[in-house]
Amino acid sequence: MDYQSSELLRFTTAGSVDDGKSTLIGRMLYDSKSIFQDQMEAIEATSLRRGESEVNLALLTDGLKSEREQGITIDVAYRYFATPKRKFIIADTPGHIQYTRNMVTGASTANVALVLIDARNGVVEQTRRHAIIASLLQIPHLVVCINKMDLVAYSEEVYENIKEDFEKFAAKLDVKDVHFIPISALNGDNVVNRSEEMDWFGGTTLMYYLENVHIASDHNFIDARFPVQYVIRPYQEEFHDYRGYAGRIAGGIFKKGDKVTVLPSGFTSTIEKIDTIEGELQEAFPPQSVTILLKDDIDISRGDMIVRENNQPRVEQDIEVMMCWFNEKSLQPNGKYSIIHTTQEARCVIKDVRYRLDINTLHRDLEDKEIKMNDIARVVIRTTKPLFIDAYRKNRITGSVIFVDEGTNETVGAGMII
Amino acid sequence: MDYQLNHLKELESESIFILREVAAQFENPVLMFSGGKDSILMVHLAQKAFYPARIPFPLLHVDTGHNFPETIAYRDSLVERLGARLIVASVQEQIDKGLVKEEKGVNASRNGLQTSALLEALEEGKYDAALGGARRDEEKARAKERFFSHRDEFGQWDPKNQRPELWNLFNSKKQYGEHFRIFPISNWTELDVWQYLAMEKVELPSLYYAHKRKVFEREGTLLADCEYIEKRPTEVVKELMVRCRTIGDMTCTGVWMSNAQTTDDIIEEVATTRMTERGGRTDDKRSETAMEDRKKKGYF
Repeated sequence: MDYQSSELLRFTTAGSVDDGKSTLIGRMLYDSKSIFQDQMEAIEATSLRRGESEVNLALLTDGLKSEREQGITIDVAYRYFATPKRKFIIADTPGHIQYTRNMVTGASTANVALVLIDARNGVVEQTRRHAIIASLLQIPHLVVCINKMDLVAYSEEVYENIKEDFEKFAAKLDVKDVHFIPISALNGDNVVNRSEEMDWFGGTTLMYYLENVHIASDHNFIDARFPVQYVIRPYQEEFHDYRGYAGRIAGGIFKKGDKVTVLPSGFTSTIEKIDTIEGELQEAFPPQSVTILLKDDIDISRGDMIVRENNQPRVEQDIEVMMCWFNEKSLQPNGKYSIIHTTQEARCVIKDVRYRLDINTLHRDLEDKEIKMNDIARVVIRTTKPLFIDAYRKNRITGSVIFVDEGTNETVGAGMII
Repeated sequence: MDYQLNHLKELESESIFILREVAAQFENPVLMFSGGKDSILMVHLAQKAFYPARIPFPLLHVDTGHNFPETIAYRDSLVERLGARLIVASVQEQIDKGLVKEEKGVNASRNGLQTSALLEALEEGKYDAALGGARRDEEKARAKERFFSHRDEFGQWDPKNQRPELWNLFNSKKQYGEHFRIFPISNWTELDVWQYLAMEKVELPSLYYAHKRKVFEREGTLLADCEYIEKRPTEVVKELMVRCRTIGDMTCTGVWMSNAQTTDDIIEEVATTRMTERGGRTDDKRSETAMEDRKKKGYF
């Protein structure tokens, strides 16, 4: 059956209603037959009741009462659709309120960032903001859709100018793979079907791109990292001495017979077995969830990390991160927070704010270093115990942390290790 | 070797990761089990997550007393096979004790009464995490759910003030008396669930497959004829080939005309249908935000 070979692709969209984002998502859902009749009837009835002249596709994603009342998207909404080739998860993030928090959340697990530009307006502040976040969060692929081409007479020149503008700006960013597609979400040009109006465009449609972009190497397959999540001890007669380390491969490939080192103890052993309910595996790779058994009986618990002897992460207590701040209460200089990293938890103190990054211009502000909600800053922390870290650029899993307020228990910030 | 998982194996791995996080981060979790396909999937994934050990938490069934008999038979045989502990939170008991009041009239349902029975069972068992099989594609309010969804000491959900969830880092910190609802299969769609259950050859209650049943129509939905539903004089009972797409209380679970005999038939049907699975749920149709309103109070 073909669904057994279909891959999962996560992408994030960001923008305001005016970009035509809802129209584009609506178009993709509609053309892939993912909007159901009863959903359509329900939003038609709501649109009509509210006196809107056309069916408001934003109602599909705006699920909460207060969002519908205010006509704005407050929170990340997840949407799903599938084609015979791939299953897609869209993290649809609002462009204005809480924009950094929501965009960063949506971007944290995405393979592809979809940036929308209104062809009439070109590259604007919001475009730059999206691209900067995509770059900070290391989304592997960026696709820039220049939308509303129908309103600029499908002009190749308009498209080329915008493309050039964006490329000039993107040169300052850390993005590896950028694609440009001129579209009209409203009319469907180059979304699922090729546009007849833009025969000058030699590239692919958006859907073709999403179905075919190479994502197999988005994971790190080189640096073997296995954060231990949970220890499985069955206490049953037939599995008397069973001691399995359950977890999800965060990087690299683990093979049966590999020599490994366990952090923080530094003890070494050999992989005896990689276990699953279906039977033993010869090797395991990200993002598989498996259970690893070692030849030697050593003390290992949650928060420890199994790695290769000759390829180890940094073991550090003084750590620099790019931090996104989510809370109404500003970051407290010298404040203490709980910190969560892989399956480890520690406390940390904010030692220094190096600079605050202006998310619209990339300017580094060394003077005003009060870090408020939606701000991004480079920060130095010291943790109560060593963490086993990699640079975020190298591994999104071992390179990321979240900060938790010890009084309110809220998640107040996210950090990407430098 | 090709280091690429198909979408079902990737979803499986994500859900197993979350189930293990729950076992590691909470003291006393419980798995809410309704007997529907999503909770059957949850149990299947939990078996994988902790193999060869037993599932390290009990199952909790909120029993309205208005079940399809097939659901209870399936539940009891599954519990026996797993060697799991089953806790039943009874809505009938709550009614008998006078804690909740039964609705009256033709559209009476015990669906809304489940919240009180659930919250009482959670409090009584001192459960700090309740695992549920809700999915984001099911319903617009559920689309806004987190994997780890915080509930205050009254069991309430505050959708406007949810903690951001990034990467695979889950914050389970809470005050005494608060709890979490955890949704490991958030990212699965109805079609994913069926494809996976077919791939894994999981046995399901017979209700999901086409069978002959006495039904009647109400506001465009087919309901099973049973003693729990008061019929209007105009409502005529007829026997049709039907199946359930979701399984809940008999009073609010619509059935669909179908000839799907096997899981593959169901996949075919789900892939081409133009109606969402909850389109047959009269509990969602009470108002535009029926689900959100119930969820805020502590519903699943």
